[in-house]
Amino acid sequence: MADLKLTKIVKSYGDVEVLHGIDLEIESGEFVVFVGPSGCGKSTLLRTIAGLERITAGTMEIDGRVVNNIPPSERGIAMVFQTYALYPHMTVYDNMAFGMRLAKKSKQEIEDRVRNAADILQLGPYLDRLPKALSGGQRQRVAIGRAICRDPKVFLFDEPLSNLDAALRVATRIEIAKLNETMPDTTMIYVTHDQVEAMTLADRIVVLRGGYVEQVGAPMDLYHKPANLFVAQFIGSPAMNILDGSVASASSGKIAVDVESGGKATVPIAGAGAKAGDAVKLGVRPEDLRIAGKGETPIVNGTIDIVEALGEVTLLYVQVEGHEEAVLAKLPGYHQVERGTAISLTADAEQLHLFDSDGQSMARKAEAKEAA
Amino acid sequence: MSVAIKANRLTPYMFLAPAGIILIFALLYPIGYMIYASFLDWSPSQRIGQAEFIGFRNYVNLWGDEAFRESFWVTIRFAAIVVTLEMVLGVGLALLLDRNIKGMAMLRTVFILPMMIAPIVVGLMWRYMYHPTVGIFNRTLKNFGFEGIPWLSDSTWSFIAIVIADVWQWTPFIFILALAAMQSLPRSALEAAEIDGANEWQKIVMIKLPLMMPVLIVTLLLRLIDAFKVLEVILVLTNGGPGLSTEILALRIFRTAQEFQELGEAAAMSNLLLMMLMALTIGMFAYSRVQEARLARQRAAVEKDAD
Repeated sequence: MADLKLTKIVKSYGDVEVLHGIDLEIESGEFVVFVGPSGCGKSTLLRTIAGLERITAGTMEIDGRVVNNIPPSERGIAMVFQTYALYPHMTVYDNMAFGMRLAKKSKQEIEDRVRNAADILQLGPYLDRLPKALSGGQRQRVAIGRAICRDPKVFLFDEPLSNLDAALRVATRIEIAKLNETMPDTTMIYVTHDQVEAMTLADRIVVLRGGYVEQVGAPMDLYHKPANLFVAQFIGSPAMNILDGSVASASSGKIAVDVESGGKATVPIAGAGAKAGDAVKLGVRPEDLRIAGKGETPIVNGTIDIVEALGEVTLLYVQVEGHEEAVLAKLPGYHQVERGTAISLTADAEQLHLFDSDGQSMARKAEAKEAA
Repeated sequence: MSVAIKANRLTPYMFLAPAGIILIFALLYPIGYMIYASFLDWSPSQRIGQAEFIGFRNYVNLWGDEAFRESFWVTIRFAAIVVTLEMVLGVGLALLLDRNIKGMAMLRTVFILPMMIAPIVVGLMWRYMYHPTVGIFNRTLKNFGFEGIPWLSDSTWSFIAIVIADVWQWTPFIFILALAAMQSLPRSALEAAEIDGANEWQKIVMIKLPLMMPVLIVTLLLRLIDAFKVLEVILVLTNGGPGLSTEILALRIFRTAQEFQELGEAAAMSNLLLMMLMALTIGMFAYSRVQEARLARQRAAVEKDAD
């Protein structure tokens, strides 16, 4: 029902600029997740959309209307806070009815909408309880219910699951996903630092770092085609292994790389200006690594430091000479391997990522060049 | 074996004993003494043993004592008026000053200065300011061509004068507590109210004040208890006059003992005051008990659901 257009959004607190000109377009009905480490500005960005923070520069449009100077209550948004933000002295019913009463809705309409929200979230038995008499999960459901009652064009979630315990977090996440399905016209923007939440909920993910947008894309795009080292390591768990290397030779269609541990890799991407001797970084996800068979060229050579068998997978922490962090391999099934034994790992060439010395993905650069 | 266990059980009480003994001597003994004295016809020239035991006659006398009833009424009126004014002003100021503007910390400190001044000094200060000819109020009024006000010589005006002085001194007390309560309010609930469309006034009436209510009620009771016992400022300002117009209970008790030499009757008055304050305090505890009990019931209900 509402699309958002953010143009050159800048937010400063005094001399400190925390958002440096964010450009973003969100389509009607989309579920967009802002993700990034703490301090990246994701919550601030959400709060500027809500209108709880005024933007320092730029324009914010909701539904084609510039809302820079429009108060939160008139932006057609509803927000769910990390700390639930319920009114402690009001019953669940009154919490949900508060906004509608302020808007002078009829008693019948208030009743209908509260009952409807309570049905969706199974809050029926708790309507005359105070928030203090509810569990954390129930409180967050009330907060979501209050937002539903506002019948918003844009639904904002600010880390709504962070205060819940692990089991509840999964349950509530699924509930939010279902909610998204029942309200297909409502745009949802969701802030989290948890990339699992981001991957499972989002139509599109916006990765933020230090007040800049690093990459915007569908979850699988970010996973398979990270734009840079930061996104590569932020998306996916456990994080992508990054190995130092140098270009051995570059031809059209593939780049051969010497890897620090003495391994070799050939990455099937266009040269894009790479020449022999250039320092590069090779990225390979733990789940893409496998033990090198006979006749295969290993990418990583090292010794096994720690083995974690989890049943469905076995995690190997491989110590590589000259490489500070252990290289992690996630092998399916159970592998009986001893600590301290030498091991060689390889991966399919299509699963490799190559970054230049600035940390930008070389594949992306090549694509951009082709497009141009 | 059993001796050892007994000793173990007694240990905490032994540690508590010194505090308990001090409490008995410092608190219970004087109160007991006072209660006993209230049944005596006792003048300061007699030792307590020589005083005649007259049962409840002091209390009966008080009941028929016009001056005491007047003083009782003055006290209640005084306490009700000053506490109401102080609550309204203190909470109002806190609502106004609860924001981050440069110099606000300084301003807050200035606001609470009156509370730090000794009551005797406050009384003297205001007596000079209320002075009919050289006091700042009447001089200012006269400069503007108005008549001077008989601040301390007219019975209505002198009551107003002591109310003003008390409000000046004790509004800051409410102000600090209200401000502290306000600053500990959950920010996000106020933001949620903003999104729900509440304007500043609605936020104050529907969110801030209800959430501050527990603190405000305790503050109110503390102030009320204090207002019933006020003495020094009024002693210095009006000494209860003119007539009995500003003679609050504490002053009446002081004079009954000091001027009329009726120790027994003064003790009886003190007892009545004590009982009144006790009722207020019990009311305060009862309020918080009721609140806790209600919450505990609801929590229990939740746990039952979870089973």
